Amino acid sequence: MTSAFDPHRAREDFPALQQSVNGMPLAYLDNAATSQKPRAVLDVMDAYYEHDNANVHRGIHELSRRATEAYEAARVKAARWINAASADEIVWTRGTTEAINLVAASWGLDNIGPGDEILLSVLEHHSNIVPWQILAARTGATIRYIELDDQGRLLLDDLPRLLGERTKIVAISHVSNALGTVNPLHEIIPAAKAAGAVVLVDGAQGAVHSSVDVQTLGADFYAFSGHKMCGPTGIGVLWGRRDMLERMSPYQGGGEMIHIVGRDASSWAAVPHKFEAGTPNIAGAIGLGAAIDYLDTIGMDAIVRHEHELMAYAMERLRAVPGIRIFGPESLEERSAVVSFTMGDAHPHDISTILDAHGVAVRAGHHCAQLVMKHFGVPATARASFYLYSTREDVDRLFAGLDEVRAIFG
Amino acid sequence: MDSPQLNSLYQQLILEHYRHPRNKAELDEKTVEVHMANPVCGDEIRLQLRIENNEIAEAKFVGQGCSISQAAVSMMTTLLEGRSLDDADALAQRFTEMMHGSQDAAKDRSLGDLRALQGVSKFPVRIKCALLGFDALQEALKKGTHEATH
Repeated sequence: MTSAFDPHRAREDFPALQQSVNGMPLAYLDNAATSQKPRAVLDVMDAYYEHDNANVHRGIHELSRRATEAYEAARVKAARWINAASADEIVWTRGTTEAINLVAASWGLDNIGPGDEILLSVLEHHSNIVPWQILAARTGATIRYIELDDQGRLLLDDLPRLLGERTKIVAISHVSNALGTVNPLHEIIPAAKAAGAVVLVDGAQGAVHSSVDVQTLGADFYAFSGHKMCGPTGIGVLWGRRDMLERMSPYQGGGEMIHIVGRDASSWAAVPHKFEAGTPNIAGAIGLGAAIDYLDTIGMDAIVRHEHELMAYAMERLRAVPGIRIFGPESLEERSAVVSFTMGDAHPHDISTILDAHGVAVRAGHHCAQLVMKHFGVPATARASFYLYSTREDVDRLFAGLDEVRAIFG
Repeated sequence: MDSPQLNSLYQQLILEHYRHPRNKAELDEKTVEVHMANPVCGDEIRLQLRIENNEIAEAKFVGQGCSISQAAVSMMTTLLEGRSLDDADALAQRFTEMMHGSQDAAKDRSLGDLRALQGVSKFPVRIKCALLGFDALQEALKKGTHEATH
């Protein structure tokens, strides 16, 4: 059944993809920034607000019961998405960024001290760098980096030198948002664990384009966002191993996260609610649950196969474009559905403006990965990123646009 | 070009300034320097002025970025030498009016080559690129005036 997957049919499920931009049908190739949302997700969120809207875990009345049930059912779906051992290990956050900030602020302040080391990579998104810099500044810890080779792959030969008894945490992306590099977690995580470090995986791109099984991955934390996988913005997940979450201090104080509140001190609710102070993004969680249901009807295998075929086509055509410089791994096996490039004298912004005039949406800039840009000595790149509804026609449209970039900039 | 809007954006004069920027060099005898960056896109310039007797004696810049930001600052520097600070500020205001769609400003000969940038006003997300140089100029004028009066 999955072999019959047709991106053109899937495309019809997405209202935003049915429009024209600047007089041309939209070719949306900015999926690494955020995906479009299928009708099924929008309908579920509307229905929640129209029929079931109430606060969760607070009321005895019917609407509160329904809202709580749908909210917690979504948590079960999120747990299934990454094969967590229990839904109690799923903490709702605003997104990957908040999930990482939560770990840095809670686990970090509890466990990191002067002279301790935090190991990151040059490939990281700013959201997996800056929270650790804030933590390091507060605690006197040091940040170290795994460097990159000329294809934007981690230099793992350095790992034994970088990992030591001072290494308290390794925070590493599953897939690079800027280059699409798929990191060899199966090599990094065992090495980090052997050195006694805690491991956090930034899965903002990883949970979108591959099946994740946190029980075999071996990490302690895995963070991802709903909006890059057909869900709404403002909802994401921090998965943590139950024993880790249970030992951690709360992140924010407020309602829902408490057990008993006294005048001077309070006790905390059990995980995951200990980390969910205040009224949460209920509609967002339910929307993400609907997104997971939608993706399940297609199947991750079909998505991966489709994206792989499309990338093979796109890379073959891209390599033939005169003046192009492509960043990231040459091998498709080491690359997700992302391609970053520059073209001769044309600045990525100009590339993006010209493509936009053709109805082709790509990202131009540093992709919140300034360390990656520095590594390659460029201020910015243009980035095309694909998803389940991307088609060969989208890729062809990209190339028609690039022809015009060449016509203008030579 | 297929698109008339793109045609109006990427005028030959703009591409020419982008490829061969004027006054792109370090100014040794600068009296004011302003660094201006657009963190969203990474465009940046350092504008350097030599201000003497309330007048811009020399203007140079270094920077990197898209064709619009770099051409605009190049064009701008060609119009600054010999201008009083007030006059330079008026130029910045006139250019800003053109970016916000003023037809009147777009016909103003005092804007010189900068008039080639009027097409940018149809691309709202690019207006910030065009204004980068003038934002730096206005900051530099403030500094220059401040230093002159203290």
